[in-house]
Amino acid sequence: MHRILFIIQKEFIQIFRDRTMLPIIFLVPLIQMIILVYAATLEMKSIDMVIVDQDHSPLSRELRGKFEGSPFFRLRGVAESMALAERELHSDRADIILNIPADFEEAMVRNESSGVQLLISAINATAAGLTQAYSRRIIMAFIQEHMPQGSETVALPHISVESSFWYNPELDYKIYMLPGILVILVTIIGAFLTALNIVREKEKGTIEQINVTPVRKYQFITGKLVPFWIIAMLELAFGLSLGRLLFQIPVEGSLWVLFGFTAVYLLVALGIGLLISTMAGTQQQVMFIIFFFMLTFILMSGIFTPVESMPDWAHAVNIINPFAYFMRVIRMLLLKGSGFWEISKEFFSLLVYGSIMLGLAVWRYQKTT
Amino acid sequence: MKSFGGFVIKEFNHIFRDRRTMLVLFGIPVAQLLIFGYVVTNEFRNFRIAIFDMSQDEVTRELTGKILSSGYFILDESLTSTDGIDEAFKKGHIKEVVIFGQGFGKRLEKEGLATVQVIADASDANTANLLVNYTNGIIQDFAIRYRPAPAHPPAIRIEERMIYNAELKGVYMFVPGTMALILMLVSAMMTSISIAREKEMGTLEVLLISPLKPYHIIAGKVIPYVVLSFINAVVILLLGFFVFGMPVRGSLALLLSESLLFISLALSLGIFISTLAGTQQVAMFISMFALMLPTLLLSGFIFPVENMPLILQWISALMPPKYFITIIKDIMLKGSGLEFVWEETLILAGMTLLFIFLSVRRFKTRFV
Amino acid sequence: MDSIEQVIRARDLTKRFDSFTANDRLSFDVYRGEIFGFLGANGAGKTTAIRILCGLSKPTSGEVSVAGYDVYHQTEQIKEHIGYMSQRFSLYEDLTVGENFRFYAGIYGLPVRTIRPRMDEMLRSLGIGHLKGQLIASLPLGWKQKLAFSVAVFHKPSIVFLDEPTGGVDPITRRQFWELIYEAARGGITVFVTTHYMDEAEYCDRVSIMVDGRIETIGPPAFLKEKHQAASMEQVFLKLARKRQNEREPQ
Repeated sequence: MHRILFIIQKEFIQIFRDRTMLPIIFLVPLIQMIILVYAATLEMKSIDMVIVDQDHSPLSRELRGKFEGSPFFRLRGVAESMALAERELHSDRADIILNIPADFEEAMVRNESSGVQLLISAINATAAGLTQAYSRRIIMAFIQEHMPQGSETVALPHISVESSFWYNPELDYKIYMLPGILVILVTIIGAFLTALNIVREKEKGTIEQINVTPVRKYQFITGKLVPFWIIAMLELAFGLSLGRLLFQIPVEGSLWVLFGFTAVYLLVALGIGLLISTMAGTQQQVMFIIFFFMLTFILMSGIFTPVESMPDWAHAVNIINPFAYFMRVIRMLLLKGSGFWEISKEFFSLLVYGSIMLGLAVWRYQKTT
Repeated sequence: MKSFGGFVIKEFNHIFRDRRTMLVLFGIPVAQLLIFGYVVTNEFRNFRIAIFDMSQDEVTRELTGKILSSGYFILDESLTSTDGIDEAFKKGHIKEVVIFGQGFGKRLEKEGLATVQVIADASDANTANLLVNYTNGIIQDFAIRYRPAPAHPPAIRIEERMIYNAELKGVYMFVPGTMALILMLVSAMMTSISIAREKEMGTLEVLLISPLKPYHIIAGKVIPYVVLSFINAVVILLLGFFVFGMPVRGSLALLLSESLLFISLALSLGIFISTLAGTQQVAMFISMFALMLPTLLLSGFIFPVENMPLILQWISALMPPKYFITIIKDIMLKGSGLEFVWEETLILAGMTLLFIFLSVRRFKTRFV
Repeated sequence: MDSIEQVIRARDLTKRFDSFTANDRLSFDVYRGEIFGFLGANGAGKTTAIRILCGLSKPTSGEVSVAGYDVYHQTEQIKEHIGYMSQRFSLYEDLTVGENFRFYAGIYGLPVRTIRPRMDEMLRSLGIGHLKGQLIASLPLGWKQKLAFSVAVFHKPSIVFLDEPTGGVDPITRRQFWELIYEAARGGITVFVTTHYMDEAEYCDRVSIMVDGRIETIGPPAFLKEKHQAASMEQVFLKLARKRQNEREPQ
């Protein structure tokens, strides 16, 4: 215990003495958080639209007005012909073209057949899907509104759908992204610093000096783990307070459970970092190995897209993906107010996982080669 | 010149001998493309839902069957009271609850109007929105079929056409994005760390007092990474083409030259970062936070830039990958020629020159 | 020879890396309280041997014990009894003098209340009590080496291993460093030192000379000079090196 404390003390002195690392640890991630929360949004707010109005009728103008009034669309202009409009699409100045045919009003009034055309640039398939959904909704509502009077629709059996959105009634995307970004920040800071630390001692040669001392392997690993564990916990507290202040992120569940869970999660994240650093020889190697796993794991964790839709092999990979556990749990705790029992499965899984990783790290760290 | 050749070979050996790094360098693009192609998809399916059916009649059973056979939804549990809803959401398995009121079928028959309540877990706002839309679609579809054939078919049709990517493949976005990311990673991050490493170990000073000129040293460090990056770019293009059917509608030569231009830009950035950073850790964190994350998030790779606040759009305009991604997309998907992408190309070239100029200045003041 | 007096005992110590043999059947004893010089050119295998004796690496074959403990299975016990100063000088550059002492003393398990007075005394005897709060990075190389040595003997080990401790400094500083070694030896610490400076060999009680992974000769400097009919240790070494070279290339 005594020896561990000396290692911890030394690590803290080194961390706080480094004038470049300290701002990196606290300031940069927070700036990132603020930027990311705003950047990482799939809310469609300004879909650029070009309208080709071949009808020039009051009704077609009204439909144009509907799009102009919509918060989702930004009318870039009215083109005279489809060819001109398509040029806009080609040069990235428009995302969607709405083509109103010449017989639009006539068809509407007489209830005859006609068709409105939507031409959507689908390079970003997700955005295209949402664009389609939004524009369809506007046109459908418009047609409904202008249904010729006396048609039989009213008399027909009709099922109305009442939808309600729980836990985030305003459908604020930021509230969804922020917990995910916190997870990434805490992990990057924790795992990277831990992993780089031991390799740095290897590169500098100081690890030899430690290896000739009678310090036990578990003492050394613990001494290296604790400082970064504390820093990562502080990082979470800091990030969470900031999220609360700036973005009013809800904290529905218990903070005790959140921090308790984070404590266990960090054992896994830092354990993996330590394991990698015992295996790698240079800082460059460590960075690339961690970077590779991070990128893969983050994308598979469900931060941007729902885990449910991923293929089976991705679910299998997610069993060893610490991000996937934490991403799910932090959202449950913060946004839905789940209690400990609802996350106990993840909690104990990570506890076992963390013990294995730390065990492996102690085992792999060799004082004698 | 002979010593310069030897130096380049030394740098090559240095990189290629490190198997682990090589594995990562070539593993990243492959893994990334697979993940983007198969995992981070925009196809929604297999969402777990709960159903609370107070009516339990033929109509609700049939409608339940329709919802569950759509492929979007899987029944997780059947609730027996509204009290269970919150609890079910909190367990975290289900995303949506569908509630049929009492006497659903009878009301539909007699009054011609029945109501389905759909509650979505909106902690994931976008998914919730889409799920409610899907559910609504299925129910409306059912309602239309349930009613007798109308006298008049719906008058105005909406015809949609998705151009450039008719099958709505997500990978069309991700091949250009992955290219930008990998080239940034290999060129900028690796170079900056590798030079910072020489500084940290004190070997840079040894090199600087050797007969090699400073620009020889930098060129020697950089050439292996140019080769590596270029191989990586080609691997990504081949994977995109053969595995995901990503077309190359424009000129391949133009595509490869633009890639080389972007590689030069990334390298000059890497060198610039290494003049700022004294240690590998600092070089890495600068690369990480100033290059990688913005490449991922501010370049339009995953999130459309147009939806961001204005300030971020301005920042995004400073991000080299943004222009590169635009160029690549235009060439590959739209078949654009240089006449459509010359502006972006000019911006990239300008940025390259700027960073080379800045690095040379910093390098001189430090070492000469 | 009384076996208690023997603090290092090596019989046929061999270390191979793939096909390369770094240490070829080394046999020697080191006795309590002596200064034992382990001489050889760069790459002769000195560092490999010292790393084995310190428990940092395991021999391929042979029988080796340090402080009575076996280097195959009791490396951690060995580490309780030794100090080590490596040639890649191993104090933390970003810690102060005092912090380095406190850290190493701490992980050797020294109680906090002994650390401070012993450190103050040691720094005072070195005449650098005022440098306690200085960062290691800001000190000249000679001082760093002296401090690294002081750290290596701070926990009063029975043996201290010094691997090329005086590389890169001027003769006066080297002489001062040797004063420290004498003082430690007087205090009862056995000193095992590797060097390629042959003048330093003269300061040792006994030396062994290694060429190409083998011990060519062993004994007190005066004895070796007489045996090989040489005026200095430098000449002894050159003679042995030439002899070895002739053996390898018979023409």
